[in-house]
Amino acid sequence: MAYGGKVIDHYENPRNVGNFGTTEEVKKSTDIGVGLVGAPECGDVMQLQIKVNAETGVIEDAKFKCFGCGSAIASSSLATEWMKGQTLDDAEAIKNTQIVEELSLPPVKIHCSVLAEDAIHAAIEDYKTKNGIKVEQRKAASL
Amino acid sequence: MVLKTPIYMDHAATTPCDPRVVEAMLPYFTESFGNPGSRNHSFGWAGEEAVKKARKQVADLIGADPKEIIFTSGSTESNNLAIKGAGAMYARKPVGETGRGHVIVAVHEHKAVLDPCKWLMKQGFDVTFLEPAIDGIVTEEMVKSAIREDTILVTVMWANNELGTINEVPEIGALCKARNIVFHTDATQWVGKMPVDVNADNIDLLSLSGHKIYGPKGVGVLYVRRRRPRIRLVALQDGGGQERGFRSGTLNVTGIVGLGKACELYAQEADAERERLLAMRNRIEEQITARLSNVQVNGHPTRRLAHLTNISFGFVEGESLMMATSEIAMSSGSACTSASLEPSYVLKGIGVGDDMAHSSLRLSLGRWTTDEQVDFTIDKICEAVDKLRKLSPLWDMYNEGIDLTKIEWAAH
Repeated sequence: MAYGGKVIDHYENPRNVGNFGTTEEVKKSTDIGVGLVGAPECGDVMQLQIKVNAETGVIEDAKFKCFGCGSAIASSSLATEWMKGQTLDDAEAIKNTQIVEELSLPPVKIHCSVLAEDAIHAAIEDYKTKNGIKVEQRKAASL
Repeated sequence: MVLKTPIYMDHAATTPCDPRVVEAMLPYFTESFGNPGSRNHSFGWAGEEAVKKARKQVADLIGADPKEIIFTSGSTESNNLAIKGAGAMYARKPVGETGRGHVIVAVHEHKAVLDPCKWLMKQGFDVTFLEPAIDGIVTEEMVKSAIREDTILVTVMWANNELGTINEVPEIGALCKARNIVFHTDATQWVGKMPVDVNADNIDLLSLSGHKIYGPKGVGVLYVRRRRPRIRLVALQDGGGQERGFRSGTLNVTGIVGLGKACELYAQEADAERERLLAMRNRIEEQITARLSNVQVNGHPTRRLAHLTNISFGFVEGESLMMATSEIAMSSGSACTSASLEPSYVLKGIGVGDDMAHSSLRLSLGRWTTDEQVDFTIDKICEAVDKLRKLSPLWDMYNEGIDLTKIEWAAH
């Protein structure tokens, strides 16, 4: 598969790889939201972790791990870059189509951007649930 | 010496033409360009002579009579002609009816065999798809228990293209012979690697391809048995009646000459080549399994072609693995590049889990593969897997002792 330069760049030099602790630790930390989406049998699993400042509602740090193809890795790497420094509301507004555009993803790889959008929402939802913030039902990501 | 990249490790997909093959072909493009069907001038005679020689070279390689060699455009055509042609010829009932006959095939055959079998299903034939065990071998027993009173055709590939596993072809052939069932084998991956004797191995129909054995693309053979028993087929392509009427169309003289030469070279060099490639293949498997955990070599451990290995790497995904090893040309069992998200049907067909099927690599060595290339490949693969595992959430979970099968994944 021929990829654009930005996918290759994120793939070769992924940004913000990592965790804020073990699975147990992050589960207990109320300032951390975790989004784990995808499935191994589909060939894509993305994990986004966000560290949120409770007072400002700003995502101070974001990390990712990804089992998936080059576009999936690039999409999740890009998602962490975009989320850092944003408020939860702003991060929630990130659309998969913006990821597609930024990375010039080919049509067969659009599902990777959808997965990244799902991961963003899952991480935010997890943070909100932990902190007793009402979670709004959202529309499914669009292809 | 600096190693030149990319390195070709995909000889099961296709091989480079041997320069000696190209040399043999060249005169037939420009000087001796005659149509072998032109019976009344020297241009035609020269073409006919060249085809005759090649037919003998191929026949000698597989222990056949030259008259039993039908030149085609490659294995896909050979398989189609064998399966559809035998189906139509040996049908128990006329077109339009059901129950026209029973065909046996295995789930992990090449698409060029599976799809003609599915076509037969639509034409009113019953087809049994054998499901091999995790070792990938189609055994005599499996075929035996699937045979019915109305079985007209059994088609079992000799060696599997993704796994290199070797099916019990001579034994299955004997089984079919005793029951007067036509037996076809797709020997695309086998011929040019291992010896064939169509009589001792009990084969009625055999497909082979030029470009898998250092010959040119666009030329192949269907061996069609002429005696004991005489196999008949309904042709798929009608016209000038070439190739005993089995395959009309002007002969691809240059391709045929190249294929003949490739067969002749095999006869001289195969044994030494096989030993050399086996040592390299074993080194790849030994090194990779020693340096990385959670790795599995797919298919039967020993009953496999010497030059091919199929390895799955737990907790990494196939396409990103290919990206990380882009200096090496090889195949992946992951279908993430297609829209389907389905991993290799061959690996799934023998019961390899989706996770391992998604992360498999097929490496196939060839005539000009060097030790340096093999060492480079081993290093690159190990580095890539390490890198990707550091990125993989599944690897973290595994190391934390979390059972991945217990997680409720949001399948998409």
